[in-house]
Amino acid sequence: MTDSKYFTTTKKGEIFELKAELNSDKKEKKKEAVKKVIASMTVGKDVSALFPDVVNCMQTDNLELKKLVYLYLMNYAKSQPDMAIMAVNTFVKDCEDPNPLIRALAVRTMGCIRVDKITEYLCEPLRKCLKDEDPYVRKTAAVCVAKLHDINAQLVEDQGFLDTLKDLISDSNPMVVANAVAALSEIAESHPNSNLLDLNPQTINKLLTALNECTEWGQIFILDCLANYTPRDDRESQSICERVTPRLSHANSAVVLSAVKVLMKFMEMLPKDLDYYGTLLKKLAPPLVTLLSAEPELQYVALRNINLIVQRRPEILKHEMKVFFVKYNDPIYVKLEKLDIMIRLASQANIAQVLAELKEYATEVDVDFVRKAVRAIGRCAIKVEQSAERCVSTLLDLIQTKVNYVVQEAIVVIKDIFRKYPNKYESVIATLCENLDSLDEPEARAAMIWIVGEYAERIDNADELLESFLEGFHDESTQVQLQLLTAIVKLFLKKPTETQELVQQVLSLATQDSDNPDLRDRGYIYWRLLSTDPVAAKEVVLAEKPLISEETDLIEPTLLEELICHIGTLASVYHKPPSAFVEGSRGVQHKRLPATANSPDASSAAAVADAPPAVIPSQGDLLGDLLNLDLTPTTTGPTPAVSTGIQMGAMDLLGGGLDSLTMIDSVWVQVWVPAMKAKGLEISGTFARRAGVIQMEMTLSNKAMSVMTDFAIQFNRNSFGLAPAGPLQVLIPLSPNQSIEVTLPLNTVGPVMKMDPLSNLQVAVKNNIDVFYFSCQYPISILFVEDGKMERQVFLATWKDIPNENESQFQIKDCHLNAASSKLQGSNIFTIAKRTVDGQDMLYQSMKLSNGIWVLAELRVQAGNPNYTVTCLLWVQNT
Amino acid sequence: MIHSLFLVNASGDIFLEKHWKSVVSRSVCDYFFEAQERATEPENVPPVISTPHHYLISVLRHRIYFVAVIQSEVPPLFVIEFLHRVVDTFQDYFGVCTEAAIKDNVVVVYELLEEMLDNGFPLATESNILKELIKPPTILRTMVNTITGSTNVGEQLPTGQLSVVPWRRTGVKYTNNEAYFDVVEEIDAIIDKSGSTITAEIQGVIDACVKLTGMPDLTLSFMNPRLLDDVSFHPCVRFKRWEAERILSFIPPDGNFRLLSYHVSSQNLVAIPVYVKHNITFREGSSQGRFDLTLGPKQTMGKAVEAVLVSSQLPRGVLNANLNPSQGTYTFDPVTKLLTWDVGKINPQKLPSLKGTMSLQAGASKPDENPTINIQLKIQQMAISGLKVNRLDMYGEKYKPFKGIKYMTKAGKSVSSYLFEFLFI
Repeated sequence: MTDSKYFTTTKKGEIFELKAELNSDKKEKKKEAVKKVIASMTVGKDVSALFPDVVNCMQTDNLELKKLVYLYLMNYAKSQPDMAIMAVNTFVKDCEDPNPLIRALAVRTMGCIRVDKITEYLCEPLRKCLKDEDPYVRKTAAVCVAKLHDINAQLVEDQGFLDTLKDLISDSNPMVVANAVAALSEIAESHPNSNLLDLNPQTINKLLTALNECTEWGQIFILDCLANYTPRDDRESQSICERVTPRLSHANSAVVLSAVKVLMKFMEMLPKDLDYYGTLLKKLAPPLVTLLSAEPELQYVALRNINLIVQRRPEILKHEMKVFFVKYNDPIYVKLEKLDIMIRLASQANIAQVLAELKEYATEVDVDFVRKAVRAIGRCAIKVEQSAERCVSTLLDLIQTKVNYVVQEAIVVIKDIFRKYPNKYESVIATLCENLDSLDEPEARAAMIWIVGEYAERIDNADELLESFLEGFHDESTQVQLQLLTAIVKLFLKKPTETQELVQQVLSLATQDSDNPDLRDRGYIYWRLLSTDPVAAKEVVLAEKPLISEETDLIEPTLLEELICHIGTLASVYHKPPSAFVEGSRGVQHKRLPATANSPDASSAAAVADAPPAVIPSQGDLLGDLLNLDLTPTTTGPTPAVSTGIQMGAMDLLGGGLDSLTMIDSVWVQVWVPAMKAKGLEISGTFARRAGVIQMEMTLSNKAMSVMTDFAIQFNRNSFGLAPAGPLQVLIPLSPNQSIEVTLPLNTVGPVMKMDPLSNLQVAVKNNIDVFYFSCQYPISILFVEDGKMERQVFLATWKDIPNENESQFQIKDCHLNAASSKLQGSNIFTIAKRTVDGQDMLYQSMKLSNGIWVLAELRVQAGNPNYTVTCLLWVQNT
Repeated sequence: MIHSLFLVNASGDIFLEKHWKSVVSRSVCDYFFEAQERATEPENVPPVISTPHHYLISVLRHRIYFVAVIQSEVPPLFVIEFLHRVVDTFQDYFGVCTEAAIKDNVVVVYELLEEMLDNGFPLATESNILKELIKPPTILRTMVNTITGSTNVGEQLPTGQLSVVPWRRTGVKYTNNEAYFDVVEEIDAIIDKSGSTITAEIQGVIDACVKLTGMPDLTLSFMNPRLLDDVSFHPCVRFKRWEAERILSFIPPDGNFRLLSYHVSSQNLVAIPVYVKHNITFREGSSQGRFDLTLGPKQTMGKAVEAVLVSSQLPRGVLNANLNPSQGTYTFDPVTKLLTWDVGKINPQKLPSLKGTMSLQAGASKPDENPTINIQLKIQQMAISGLKVNRLDMYGEKYKPFKGIKYMTKAGKSVSSYLFEFLFI
């Protein structure tokens, strides 16, 4: 009497038979028929032809039959949209059924029918259900909004369902809150900037309350949502942490990991000297350890996340090394992850234990695992200097086993150990050379050749060894060929007398007989070096190499920060930012950790990196001018700065006088009109932008013998239409040897004419004595308006749209990160995004000029290099 | 959220699919099959696989792969936990979770999956609630249904789903009120060949079977609660009370559930219940090896060690073993080289031993792998960590329930030791 009987009908005309049964008068027969239909559907048979007959069975009081029909509808409505309309009436009726179970079921099913025509009819019942008295219905309706949004986003927005959904966050029932949060989070994924989940302390409080009472799944949604919040201060962050910590003891590992994410993120804000900070660190270790005793799949995800946590805060798990020891029956993917973490946790204190374990692993059966274990021993040697000797002897023991892949792997890591501790373990070379013949993998061969070349002077038969490799030169992979070339050149430089023939042979092989451009080029370089200046060749080829770094495979810090914010997600499993791989996450917001309470400016320093001042004197075009001048304002300084020299001075200033420069107001006043030229009137001044108003700040000094009165000012046409917004306010007569400071507000509605240089301003000042003309330059930054922050998407789209001719590139020399960062913001240059490519930080900035021209800039910063590259794009908005 | 679910059997056939959003073509599983082919062992298939448009998250249970398809960023643990819940539910409903059982009850399976997830969001995963919505199939019910025409589907709104205690259904009635608790500890340890412990940890759970009328409020206290510093609770446990007083206070779900699981890892608290003495030698040149293994109990507080099963993967070079057990039986599979010795109960007065010779391949070289031995065992009436329940009280109801507590210790996935040492004299 089991359901398997539904699969057994293989007679001809099955569909026909079912059709007859579906139309039968007997209820029982009908139900059996629907069951058969569903069974066929689940195994992928096409029963869509029965659509009208099944829909006819829908109007029934029998709950099971109704559910079965609903199941069928969900599967096939898409292929028969016209027929599906027939079902709408029943749905609408069911949405008003006195039984909340049926109401919920109806609204749930309607949402699953992905047919546009039906969604229109869904709106009214859904609106009612969202306000239903029964929380079970409300909670189902909340999810239905997300479904509808997936089908027709515009409709959801037009109907105002999003607002209703937001209201549900304050619902009295915790399950409704959790589902509303889940639905909003899903919708927000497709609208990254819509600010749907507007988190403020009140909503956070509601979420935290609901957290205690809702189901485990609801807790996951709420915790993931909490992780997006940025607390205002360390106290708020502590109180959230306190309320989240009980979740660490939850039986559901997903809840635990989401709680860990929230804590890891908010912990950043806590001062490190706080007692609570220490307590929290202690509380984090046990749940993470517990995750490792769960099923292997859970372990795998947990281990990938622990890998991140260990990099960010090694102190949490530093005493827990033993739980990462590999069990013999762990699946291979768990074993490999555990090895990785063991290396990260290895320290002087536990290295003996770790090495003993690794040695065991190196004798296991699985090849991948053994390789990684051998490699791990090498990494231990590089990481913990005290253990290097032990590691090397362990590796030698392993080489003695003569197991082919173990030997090869060991040789590759010994090469790295040589690079870290040069001239220390060369005694082992002899042993390595014994195994020369067994090496068949390119990486191992290349490593061995490197060792021979590097220590050619200590290996008596180095030339013979290398010669033996040379015989099969063309059969080797590129890696080995390149290495062989270099090694023989090294050998030649060390023992020139005996190896001349060999080096000529390899050079001709590399340059004449090879198709590989890399190999040929390297060959030619060596050849020319050797033939023109052997001394220089020696200096180049045998130069002292930098030591390799201690930690390998570390995730780059900005990425790590982002990944910490994504603990528990796919991003954390792949160790890639979500934008890099998740489809449909258009413009995912890059999350970053909040700044520590101790250093309030840390975030701004991190977000805004550096100033773009660029100096290319000969840039004639608009863009060049813009940028040229851009420099001056950011340093607020030398207005007459047109010549490169002064600008370079400004650069020095940027580098040196950090503190004073961080204040935009530290005015550097110029003398515009000396007293000699204006019959005793001296005018000095500067420009500034204060609270959105451009101001010209002048000091008028009377150096003449007579009183001056009747001051007035006028501007010539200029590039940006600057004009005085009012008359010059000098009300009292200016007595001899007296000075007066005047602030003249400016607007940008005056007549426009392109000036050269662009920021040139011709001014006429009149008094009772005469009219004086002078020209001055204003910093372009006074024209940057406050709303120059471009949306990320817009920025991205615009960046691509701007034609190449609007692009210009500059080098800035000797810039220092921190000095310029606050200055940039003060000047209305907004940093839109930051990303890191190949160790270069790229900062994207936007600014908008008062006349509506946008400037988009990309700033490349190479760590440790004070020279930056700026690429600027100009964009005129079509309005 | 979770888009679709495919169930794949050991031979790589998809025998059930369920879609909660739009239909995802079966061909997406090809990526899974590729990974399955690459894996040497069935359990080595990576749990998260990326494909150009989807992500596949899979678990392997009862030789069935449960493959979930997701399209957007979803916490993978969430998916894995949910899949485990699906497996548990099937097992709960059908007794076993096998391909045959699922095929036999395909309609119930479909209904269950429909109730458990809505648009990819978990809906009802508590077995108490599910059983109210969809009655589990029993032979009796199937008969009654066929005769009376009634169905498996409940007519009621699952009342528990909205109360403050969503895990308990209302209106529970029993004639015999009983509450049983099983304290089960599994010990995992790795011991090196000299007999010193490399790692040892105890994974403990308290499983409960509570059949009490009404809304009982239970408290459970321990003699030594300090042992429990790393615990995870069933949602019914009031965490505040535990933090303050170290007392478990809860309104239990109806029926079977896991009250808490805990983890004891500090070395000094974990006692290994048995020791192994071994002496295994090979002589160079001779094709004979001596094998001598003795087991003995230690630190078991006078409780007997039962159901002891020793297994070991001998090196490839071993052709056959001719051994003599003092008790129990042993088998040696010359193909897989797996030696298993079913010891049974350890008698402290007469320690069980396994002695004899092994024959080696002629001229076999030194074995390059380090074999391990793996021990399974059981100790009744004792929790190896020493955890003891102090008392169990019930409030909120008037009747007097019958209470019972049972202790048990088992060997976990691995009590193993690297103990073979091959001497070449």
